[in-house]
Amino acid sequence: MQTEGAPAPSSLPGGPKPSHPFFSLKPVRLLIRFGMLAILDAFSLLFIWTLIANGRYPLAAFVFVITVGVNIAFLVEKAYPFRWFAPGLALMILMLVYPTAYTLYVAFTNYGDGNLLTRVQVIDQIESRTFAPEGATEYSWTAFRSNSDPDEYVLWIQTEGESFLAEVGEELTTLDNASSAIRGSLDASGIPTDVPGFTRLAPNQIFAILDALTEITFGEEPNTVTVDSVRVARRLEQRYLFDSVADTFTDQRTGVVYTPVQGTFTADDGSTLSPGYWVPVGGENFRRLFRSPSLRGPFIRVLIWTFAFAVFSVLLTFSVGLFFAMVFDHPNMPAKNVLRSLVLIPYALPAFITANIWRGMFLPQFGVISTTLENLFGSSPLWLADPTWAKVGILIIQTWLGFPYMMIICTGALQSLPSDIFEAATIDGAGPLRKFWNLTLPLLLVSVGPLLIASFAFNFNNFTLIDIYAEGGPPIVGTLTPAGHTDILITYVFRLAFSGGRGADFGYASAITMVIFLILATITALQFRFTRIWEEISENV
Amino acid sequence: MSSLQAATPLKYRLRNQLDVGWRVLVALLALAFALGPVLLIVSASLDPRDSMVSQTVIPENADFSNYSDLLTSEIHPYGRWLLNTLKISIITAGLTVLICSISAYAFSRFRFKGRRGLLLTVFLVQVFPNALTMVATFLLIQAVGLFIPSLGLNSHGGLILVYLGGAMGINTWLMKGYFDSVPRSLDESARIDGATDWQIYWRIILPVVKPILTVVALLSFIGAYSDFLIPQIVLQDTDQFTLAVGLSLFIRNGDYSKAWGIFSAGALIGAIPIVTLYMFLQNFLVGGLTAGAVKG
Repeated sequence: MQTEGAPAPSSLPGGPKPSHPFFSLKPVRLLIRFGMLAILDAFSLLFIWTLIANGRYPLAAFVFVITVGVNIAFLVEKAYPFRWFAPGLALMILMLVYPTAYTLYVAFTNYGDGNLLTRVQVIDQIESRTFAPEGATEYSWTAFRSNSDPDEYVLWIQTEGESFLAEVGEELTTLDNASSAIRGSLDASGIPTDVPGFTRLAPNQIFAILDALTEITFGEEPNTVTVDSVRVARRLEQRYLFDSVADTFTDQRTGVVYTPVQGTFTADDGSTLSPGYWVPVGGENFRRLFRSPSLRGPFIRVLIWTFAFAVFSVLLTFSVGLFFAMVFDHPNMPAKNVLRSLVLIPYALPAFITANIWRGMFLPQFGVISTTLENLFGSSPLWLADPTWAKVGILIIQTWLGFPYMMIICTGALQSLPSDIFEAATIDGAGPLRKFWNLTLPLLLVSVGPLLIASFAFNFNNFTLIDIYAEGGPPIVGTLTPAGHTDILITYVFRLAFSGGRGADFGYASAITMVIFLILATITALQFRFTRIWEEISENV
Repeated sequence: MSSLQAATPLKYRLRNQLDVGWRVLVALLALAFALGPVLLIVSASLDPRDSMVSQTVIPENADFSNYSDLLTSEIHPYGRWLLNTLKISIITAGLTVLICSISAYAFSRFRFKGRRGLLLTVFLVQVFPNALTMVATFLLIQAVGLFIPSLGLNSHGGLILVYLGGAMGINTWLMKGYFDSVPRSLDESARIDGATDWQIYWRIILPVVKPILTVVALLSFIGAYSDFLIPQIVLQDTDQFTLAVGLSLFIRNGDYSKAWGIFSAGALIGAIPIVTLYMFLQNFLVGGLTAGAVKG
């Protein structure tokens, strides 16, 4: 970026970019540019390195491509315009294009609880598991407690002719290698009385901490020791040996061989080693979506309600908004502008506030709507807990939230309708209703149609209202997924991925996201096809 | 039909009185529907009994105790949430304007290969909001946090990063359209005077296009302020929450019948910044500038 702040030299006719009379600013500018680019590159490389170390290869690749792009923009003179797009495009690619591509990828994997880690992480974890083999050498042991941390211990273990000092995370220390303080303090049984920084525990102190001691693995892999009983400690061995050629784990205790099946090492009898890692599973998530009876049911329900909610939202807000717009649109109407401003308030308030207010009003026993209905009719529907009434409640709120916007749009559109065709219609003997259906409405739809489609697309993903009203509830009974009767696709995805209480299922959630993408793409294509938006945009380029 | 009556007043003059009469009635109904819930909240926020039960239209012994309770609440750090939200929204709005105006200037003033394709791509990408890819966004912010914790999970920086990712798109388009309307003779004369592109952008164009910068700033401020989904994905600690996430806690945790008054006070205070901004925006609403502001 060219950040030098030199005042523009006085006008020099003829030369568009006059050079400075005494010295050129160009080298300084270049230096600043290269310097900043170098800092950015160093930063990016560190980031990429961190990502690779954590196994996030696709993201590392994206960051690399973005960095290369930025470098080209700032180094190649022909790419000059792209310097101006660098910040916006880099952010767009990183935060919008990458997540979209990644969602598509995750939709074909089993990423989720039980398969959260990468393959490398899982193999590491399973390899670090140990066991105490039958018939392994038994050691007698003595515990020492740290003087600084009461939960830290070291172990002195010994058997015929062999003794070690075992510390957590350290290699076992043989007697020969032990410090002179230790070697000099051996008692009659060959146990040191003095380990620097630690205090030897008497046998009667052992019982209180035995449970804690058995949990600790002493030593460093693969030579580890664990306390088995009051008297016995055992050397541990690696439990599962990984064969990288056959890609299997073998249980050293039982001899059972585990082969990976969809990211989980599985034995012939079906038993598995957890955790699993995440792997591509092909169209499995989509198959579950459309075929599995326990998942298809809630998905289809959610899908239908999503469309119903979006369609009814547009219909209700538009008809109420249009009705009020026509009522207000009269030359002799008093205080027109004040009224319009006041009616606009529901639209001006943030939805997260108004949705909460309405939720409060709909609450059973306390809410003003419920209590009023009870006073009038003796009972009130369960607005939040009944599947049908919850939907009605949402549509009431949505009408309230959205009609002012429609009213504003319709007011503008009504005022721009040509009046001569209405005069002609009156002369031809058309009544008010006929004129409305045959003239006002069709003409209006031409101008507000695109906005209605935009409103549909918006409500298709109206997370705020649905989630605040009843968090998608009431729940659909008897399903494997956390679906609710008022859930729309986007809230369903949210629950699957983040707040299911039945575990995260990123793969399945991403598959549903792809369905949303498809639907939105279709809506947009229709919008372009039946309106002139695309032509306008293409011409405006 | 109404415009028709306006066009031929003679024939309808007598019916006009009646006509206006029912219109006023309907208008009052509309007003009651629109403002009822708002008035209810105003009344509840002034009701010291702090309970939904037996709430009356005009509260007895009205006072501001709910407001003082709200700002001193130990359970819900409302003041902090409000500050968090304002901070996030202001930074998002400022950076969005900067990033998008730089791009819009280049789209408007430079001619280069790939310009058309890039413009259309930017337009198409915004069809898919980043709220949709919440799973990938969550994992992405988690990964960024490995390297820079202040841009990772549970950070306001991470949240702003997500918002800036969605900043291009419609904003750049709105701005580019406006920049196009600024006559190029303005740049030309500056260029003859020896101004660089950056100087033309910063000193000549930006001051002229303030209206569109204001619109984009307001829209992105309102967008960040009102967002309910992404903060839930990125933020984890109560202290870090934005108002949108925090306010819902008042009446979600079972004690809603008791916290109703405090909630109402919080709802009203939280609405003030947005309602104020909408007053500014109203002039642009009908003009269609706010195609990206669809809400209902």
